[in-house]
Amino acid sequence: MISLSQVTKRFPGGQDAVKGITLSVETGELAFITGRSGAGKSTLLKLMAVIERPTSGSVIVNGQNAGTLRPRAVPFLRRHFGLIFQDQKLLFDRTVFENVMLPLSIIGFDRREAARRVRAALDKVGLLPREKANPVTLSGGEQQRLAIARAVVHRPSILIADEPTSNLDTALAAEIGELFRSFNQVGATVVIATHDEAFAARLKPRLITLKEGRLA
Amino acid sequence: MRAWLWHHLDSLVTTLARLARTPVATVLNLGVIGIALALPVGLYVALDNLRGFAHTLASDPQLSVFLALDAGRPDVDKIGARLKAHASVREARFVSREQALKELKASTGIADVVDSLPQNPLPDAFVVLPRDSTPTALEGLRDEVAGWPKVSHVQLDTEWARRLEAGLKVARLAAALLATLFAFALVAVTFNTIRLQILTRREEIEVSKLIGATDPYICRPFLYFGALQGVAGGVAAWAIVWVGVHLLNGALAELGQLYATRAELRHLSLEDSLSLLIFSAALGWLGAWLSVSQHLAEINPR
Repeated sequence: MISLSQVTKRFPGGQDAVKGITLSVETGELAFITGRSGAGKSTLLKLMAVIERPTSGSVIVNGQNAGTLRPRAVPFLRRHFGLIFQDQKLLFDRTVFENVMLPLSIIGFDRREAARRVRAALDKVGLLPREKANPVTLSGGEQQRLAIARAVVHRPSILIADEPTSNLDTALAAEIGELFRSFNQVGATVVIATHDEAFAARLKPRLITLKEGRLA
Repeated sequence: MRAWLWHHLDSLVTTLARLARTPVATVLNLGVIGIALALPVGLYVALDNLRGFAHTLASDPQLSVFLALDAGRPDVDKIGARLKAHASVREARFVSREQALKELKASTGIADVVDSLPQNPLPDAFVVLPRDSTPTALEGLRDEVAGWPKVSHVQLDTEWARRLEAGLKVARLAAALLATLFAFALVAVTFNTIRLQILTRREEIEVSKLIGATDPYICRPFLYFGALQGVAGGVAAWAIVWVGVHLLNGALAELGQLYATRAELRHLSLEDSLSLLIFSAALGWLGAWLSVSQHLAEINPR
């Protein structure tokens, strides 16, 4: 569960990216954050994932106050999350398999169990036949699915995605949407930021709309 | 626990692979480190050999007691008895003036000159081995015996060896200073290598931080890299010194043959070799640690 209360984030330079936001996302919920570019969607996600700390207000994730968490404890809190970044952040110096292996080796999984899970995650997103490929050789849709596989391989309780369909056509976006729905159906909390309202509407999720940093 | 061990092993293997992937850079780096370490280590080996040489000379200090030229047989016997009865004398050996002359003729190759002398200029002498070889005890004994009647001069034979030892002490200090400087160089080289690595692996570090990697996890491969590079540099230094000593020994053997003596330099001892490797590993690790703690904090993914 994630709950924000009166959260404001001001970046150096004086602009408030989000202002006085109070909301909570329940365990197992599927929520979409929508709004125009610059409305503060990404900032809100980063606050939830403890990538940014709030200027004021409090962010509570699974009972821990993200604002006052010691830096040493942050990595362990992050392991509850599966993060899908707007720019995907895939590593092009290693194979598809090794990209998905990264979260498990960070957590310190047993080698054989880890390999099994990586293959399961790749199978889920339909990339198992490409496990030895370099991510560069994948199409845009495949790269997005690889990013999703990496985010879910350690079975996080919260899945956070920033514009996961930004450069995909409608058919591919629908496919990705179904993937998120299936993770939500097995119990994961899913929070997705998107400006693609058609994509959002199709899954009939809870909609959180932002306008100039405030809840609309 | 097994996963943790596995990760350590994995870091080590990845690090070795990374060293092997850029062979030219690796060889050049190791060359720099090897040469930087070889200079003080070589100096150390040279000093160690010299000291060993000086030590064999100085370890058996002896006093030469020269009697007055007019000392007769009874005087000699009296002084001999007195020396043998002395508490701090372990052994006193009499060298008669005739014997001394014979030895002089035999050993220095100036027989002609000696033969042309109208009379034997050498005095009777005793070679005294003391029980206690500390400098103060030796000097005390020398001063005491010099005061006896019919003793003209007492020579302490260890003095020049002690001077050599004092000189070596200065040289050892110079070697230590040199070693400090080059240790600093090793740390600096590692620091820079790791800085470059962190820059080229920035993306990987960012992603790892974002998905829950702790700082020790991220640092580990870099620290391994620093330590491994240090050890490899230490091995290079060891090899350089070994080859150097080996070549010098070849030349010394030839020289020894000409002078009919055996001269040979000792190689680094096992203990010293191990200390060299441990020391260089520690320095590499230190350089990497400094670099990592300096540069990792700058990577704060957004």
